Amino acid sequence: MIDIGLGHYLTLSAIIFTIGIIGIFLNRKNIIVILMSIELILLAVNINLVSFSIFLDDLTGQVFTLFILTVAAAEAAIGLAIIVVYYRNAGTIRVEEINKLKG
Amino acid sequence: MENLNLVLPEIFISLSIMFLLVLGVFKKNSSKLIFNLSLFVILITTIITINETFSVSRITMFNESIIIDHMSSLMKIITLISAFLVLVISLSYLKVLKLFNIEYPILILSSVLGMMIMISSNDLIVFYMGLELQSLGLYVLATFNRDQLKSSEAGLKYFVLSALSSGLLLYGCSLIYGFSGSTNFDVISNQLSSNEYALTFGIVFILVGLAFKISAVPFHMWAPDVYEGSPTTVTLFFTMVPKIAALTVFIRFLYIPFINLLDQWQMIIVFLSIASMLFGAIAAIGQTNIKRLIAYSSIGHIGYTLAGLATGSNEGIQSSIIYISIYIVMNLALFSCLLMLKRKDQYYEDIDDLSGLSKNHPLLSLCLLVILFSLAGIPPLAGFFAKFYIFKSVLEQSMYFLAIVGLLSTVIAAFYYLRIIKVIYFDKEKEKYDSDQSLWLKFSLTTSTILILIYFIFPSQLIEVVSRINII
Repeated sequence: MIDIGLGHYLTLSAIIFTIGIIGIFLNRKNIIVILMSIELILLAVNINLVSFSIFLDDLTGQVFTLFILTVAAAEAAIGLAIIVVYYRNAGTIRVEEINKLKG
Repeated sequence: MENLNLVLPEIFISLSIMFLLVLGVFKKNSSKLIFNLSLFVILITTIITINETFSVSRITMFNESIIIDHMSSLMKIITLISAFLVLVISLSYLKVLKLFNIEYPILILSSVLGMMIMISSNDLIVFYMGLELQSLGLYVLATFNRDQLKSSEAGLKYFVLSALSSGLLLYGCSLIYGFSGSTNFDVISNQLSSNEYALTFGIVFILVGLAFKISAVPFHMWAPDVYEGSPTTVTLFFTMVPKIAALTVFIRFLYIPFINLLDQWQMIIVFLSIASMLFGAIAAIGQTNIKRLIAYSSIGHIGYTLAGLATGSNEGIQSSIIYISIYIVMNLALFSCLLMLKRKDQYYEDIDDLSGLSKNHPLLSLCLLVILFSLAGIPPLAGFFAKFYIFKSVLEQSMYFLAIVGLLSTVIAAFYYLRIIKVIYFDKEKEKYDSDQSLWLKFSLTTSTILILIYFIFPSQLIEVVSRINII
């Protein structure tokens, strides 16, 4: 068995973070997927913070994680509300069709 | 026991928000009441801030997570005053668009609370909480005209990009925490040494996140769309108030935790500054919508502010703060003019709508002339002095390239400001606009225009207040 150290956790979180960023930029279909990607980014940060907190033997990181979790919930709620408002006006939530504002 | 008087403004404003929200829910048709009470709350908070914190030179509270110093109290006062002015001049606009709900003043109050927390943060966690409190209010404000497609699209774009930038910023925070072992700014600055690659990564992520918030190039793409789509008074709020808080946080991050890594971030800031100045000047040329044009011009102005930050000296910081204060006054005046272009309950926001304005509305056109000249940086108006201080501090650090690019982009930017003046004074006149404007709108337009005009007589007052700020 290999020992799982800080590097492994950091790599995992870096991979999840990259998936989240790519999900936002390459996604051409649905806004809900963008919300999921944002959530992925925040979770990657949480993994980072918790593993640092364990390896530094310091509680601050875990406290930070709890704050991030609550804020992420609030953000998702507002995001969904905005999507509902947009859907009522436009009748679609396809990413390609969000282009009314162009200069 | 901590001296709670120093955070009394924040405590007072948060209790008032909860009270107003409950009052608004239980009392029918209370929009007018809530609106006036919110104005009152902002006034009282301003007075408390001036009384309690203005003379404090540097005190940290709550395990050093909150800092009260000259910069935080000055920036809080500017934030509160501009929020007050935004609220009073948006009254008639909201009534015409039938958006006069209880939520509007409450959302503005809560994002102002978030900004105040951001401004006095001395810890990554407190900073993040303040930032999110501010953004959550701003998302809803951008979508405020919810029956209109443009406004909801603006809100959606702002939400997605802002959430992305918060994510980047948080990733940077987590790296900084992991490699310095603390979230406190002072501790981080003692721990940082320049030979850690991971720390450079963290700094880059945090700078990218912050650049998103102040819409510096290359992270500006949300600004024109959001500014055009949101209701005009919300755009006014976006261009003025969050920039103050974001600039303060920018200064704090660069000059407290990261000051030992000056060599590493200086080039990044110089790049952001040059790109914003040039892009803001060039991209604004082809615009036809005034709000979109203001978005590009605000990108350019942020470039000049960043040029002051890039110097790494106290004079640079002070000149940036002077620049942003003068910019806010000019923006307020410009938007007051924009809100006066109303004809039969319809607001106009294209440059064509300004054509021949001087024949029907000579006074309004004269004000616009002064404001646009000042934005272009023509002496002896306030905008010239703002740029002058920035270039002076940049040249003192012998950063000649930055100064030359800045001067060049001023010349390019002058073109589109002068084009508007040409449209106002020499093009064919159109129908008259309504002349029964609200008293507050006239008041804010006159005072800010007079301030721009006579700044050169009394420059020392502003300089004196700002020169007390010594970060380094």
